[in-house]
Amino acid sequence: MTLLGQFCLWIALLVGTWGAVVGFSGRWQGRPALAEAVIRSVYAVFGLMVVATICLWQGLISHDFNIEYVAGYTSRNLPTYFIVSALWAGQKGSLLFWAVVLSLFSSLAQWLTSARYRALMPYVAATTLTVVTFFVTVMVFAANPFERLAFTPADGRGLNPQLQNIGMVIHPPMLYLGYISIAIPFAFAIAALLSNRLDTGWIHAIRKWTLMSWLFLSIGITLGMWWAYVELGWGGYWAWDPVENASLLPWLTMSAFLHSVMIQEKRGMLKRWNMMLIVGSFLLSIFGTFITRSGVIASVHSFTQSNVGYFFLAFLVAAAVLSFTLLYTRWDRLEAEVNLESMVSREAAFLFNNLLFVGVAFSVLWGTLFPILSEAVRGTKITVGPPFFNKVNVPMGLLLLALTGIGPLIAWRKASTANLQRQFTWPVVTGAVVLGLTLASGMRHLYSIMALALGGFVAGTLVQEFARGTRARHRMYNESYPRALAHLVARNRRRYGGYLVHAGILIYFVAFTGMAFKRDMEATLKPGDSITMTSPFGHQYQFTHVGVSQYESLNRVVTAASVEVKKDGKTLGIMSSEKRQHVDSFGRPTFEPSTEVAIRSNLQEDLYIVFAGAVQGTEQAVYRFTINPLVLWVWLGGMVLVAGGLITMWPGGPTARGTPRRAQAGYEVQLKTAATP
Amino acid sequence: MSVVSRRGFLAGLSVAIGGLGNPGRSVRSQQQPQAGQGDVGSLRDPAAAGPPKTPATERDNEPFIQAVEHRIRCTCGCNLDVYTCRTTDFTCSTSPRMHREVLALEDQGKNADQIVAAFVAQYGEQVLMAPKPEGFNLAGYLVPGTLLLMGGALLTVLLRRRMRVVAAERVTVPASSMPDATPEEVARLNRELADLERE
Repeated sequence: MTLLGQFCLWIALLVGTWGAVVGFSGRWQGRPALAEAVIRSVYAVFGLMVVATICLWQGLISHDFNIEYVAGYTSRNLPTYFIVSALWAGQKGSLLFWAVVLSLFSSLAQWLTSARYRALMPYVAATTLTVVTFFVTVMVFAANPFERLAFTPADGRGLNPQLQNIGMVIHPPMLYLGYISIAIPFAFAIAALLSNRLDTGWIHAIRKWTLMSWLFLSIGITLGMWWAYVELGWGGYWAWDPVENASLLPWLTMSAFLHSVMIQEKRGMLKRWNMMLIVGSFLLSIFGTFITRSGVIASVHSFTQSNVGYFFLAFLVAAAVLSFTLLYTRWDRLEAEVNLESMVSREAAFLFNNLLFVGVAFSVLWGTLFPILSEAVRGTKITVGPPFFNKVNVPMGLLLLALTGIGPLIAWRKASTANLQRQFTWPVVTGAVVLGLTLASGMRHLYSIMALALGGFVAGTLVQEFARGTRARHRMYNESYPRALAHLVARNRRRYGGYLVHAGILIYFVAFTGMAFKRDMEATLKPGDSITMTSPFGHQYQFTHVGVSQYESLNRVVTAASVEVKKDGKTLGIMSSEKRQHVDSFGRPTFEPSTEVAIRSNLQEDLYIVFAGAVQGTEQAVYRFTINPLVLWVWLGGMVLVAGGLITMWPGGPTARGTPRRAQAGYEVQLKTAATP
Repeated sequence: MSVVSRRGFLAGLSVAIGGLGNPGRSVRSQQQPQAGQGDVGSLRDPAAAGPPKTPATERDNEPFIQAVEHRIRCTCGCNLDVYTCRTTDFTCSTSPRMHREVLALEDQGKNADQIVAAFVAQYGEQVLMAPKPEGFNLAGYLVPGTLLLMGGALLTVLLRRRMRVVAAERVTVPASSMPDATPEEVARLNRELADLERE
């Protein structure tokens, strides 16, 4: 099967290269037969990638340890679902995963895109084939997943214990799906530039793709936070690690695009900016891959260092130069159709929102690369850790939160004073009430106070928007309030789905403030010993060490330390944190013992208990007890955000059918503008 | 009559010899109860529970010590601060050593800044979790915010300029260039604009 897999990679390399070259030249020369052929080659490459993936999966599942990748990431006693997920656990397998998913998306883009955009499709095919072929090239020449060893080990090394978590089964594919699907909007952007079809057509064609990409990135980032929280054991979920930052960058620029594209759809403005955001998002997704795989910046997430980093750097530079050169040559054709009429308008609010999104993205990129810059300029190595990022980014994040509430309150084109007064009164009152309550509660952490007060303002905005819409439907159609709310959302999915996304962001921000009040302590306890801790919400927790037990499980020896937990004198139950010594099928230790955290969550706070180790091989245990306020809200915020995203992109509905009509409305606005003295 | 194999005999003999050669261990195993028995039982496989730990002390939890250690990066390559590393990565031997250094410096009567300065002198600037806001490092802190402010100012200026152009165009549009619109078209236009406002 490895021979077949290798064969598929080589054939995909040839077909992909042919398709990319012919796709660009065939469309350029106006030869439809060649253009049709390149689209068929997209499907062919997808088929080849599927066969190659099946070959590697077959090797993984059949324990063919003669394959270097199989021996490096699996063992005989690894549970099957982790063997399946080992496809994306290592450098080489994840490149194959990337290539197969991108070829799938490329095929779907060809298959599902409306015939209206047929003129763009050969260029789209050629662009996606170029990207797929790049990944195949890296595999063939630098990171072959089918590489064989000179000998066959009796058992594999097994999967890193920290990857043996359901979060790692789901989180990387989600993030990859987000990264990879950006290539489709990028391909449409390049196609629009090459074909000079720079109206809003390509924007409509990619709408679902951009939403999907953003949604997958959101899910991937949130799952990554969850995995870090439950698995890494440091008691937090975001450490501003370079690889975490790399995943945030395209999310920020895609978020900016999802806002600014509305202005292009409605008003024919920001064409250049939107093109730059899509190209920039794609380049940032490649940059993230480069960071993860090159080892240029130290990160806990990095794959083993290898020379694939040079491939990615070369591709990144080439893609940036070609894309921006192409954009430059079409600059004049991307002139806005209308100009902004007022600084107090939703368009202006969106522009400043875009400025902030891109500003935060730049700030994160700047901080991530600053150690390299510092070493190059001063010759001194420095560390840029969480204190730096918090200091620089939190104020910008708060401004962004404020705009989350301001944007929906301002009318398109020009807002009148009366309109502003009517829209802002209740949200501002809500924000002020929350501010008063937080100050009265004795809270003195400035950023937390600001986040909560702005959170109150945004919540006021969202409730007001839903309430007014529901009330209007109730009056107009005599519907009951729940029915009116359901119809309101169903008939305006994009708008109210977007508001739900804002609600998710608001919940995130409120949850993040909890980390400022985190409490933790270390304690060494003999069985029967107790300690007490008071939580930020004033609850008294008592932890009593019950004992330590050891037992063998499927592929590990488990040492479990248990504590009985009481809250305000009432028994909550037993919580057990574990040390896991993973072993191969011969019982030989494979990695250093890893830690499994015990977590108990409620809406107020998480109890987070880590068994640090045993004192001199006895049951006397060293623990770290942490109380993390509001963590559950991070995951709830993620769910709300994803639900909002799904509503926004749900197919059908009046909003989708109304899109061309609204585009038409945009042009009629010009008529009105010109006619108004 | 039980039969003892040669391998079993040799194994038994080696255990007996081992016991003679290491009496302390055999005495300990007799005196120490197993896990779950007695006050403090012994673990069957201590190595599986990770490196042996020393008991935590009151000083380990001092807010002062925690605050100082949050400012210092563990040099093991984990990218974590000393406090987080020593309470998370229990296989790391670097962060416990750096923790002891922090305690020793506190014992010498040094304040937080002096302790951090001592670490910088020993390990270089890289030991700080965030660079000091001075010299070239100021660029790290100030460039994003400055660019954002400049971007905001530039955007405001550009938008105002564009708005002036729009205003001037409105004034100069001659009445004859106004499109002919039927009342139905005007009504439709108003409906469309109302739709747009609602979005």
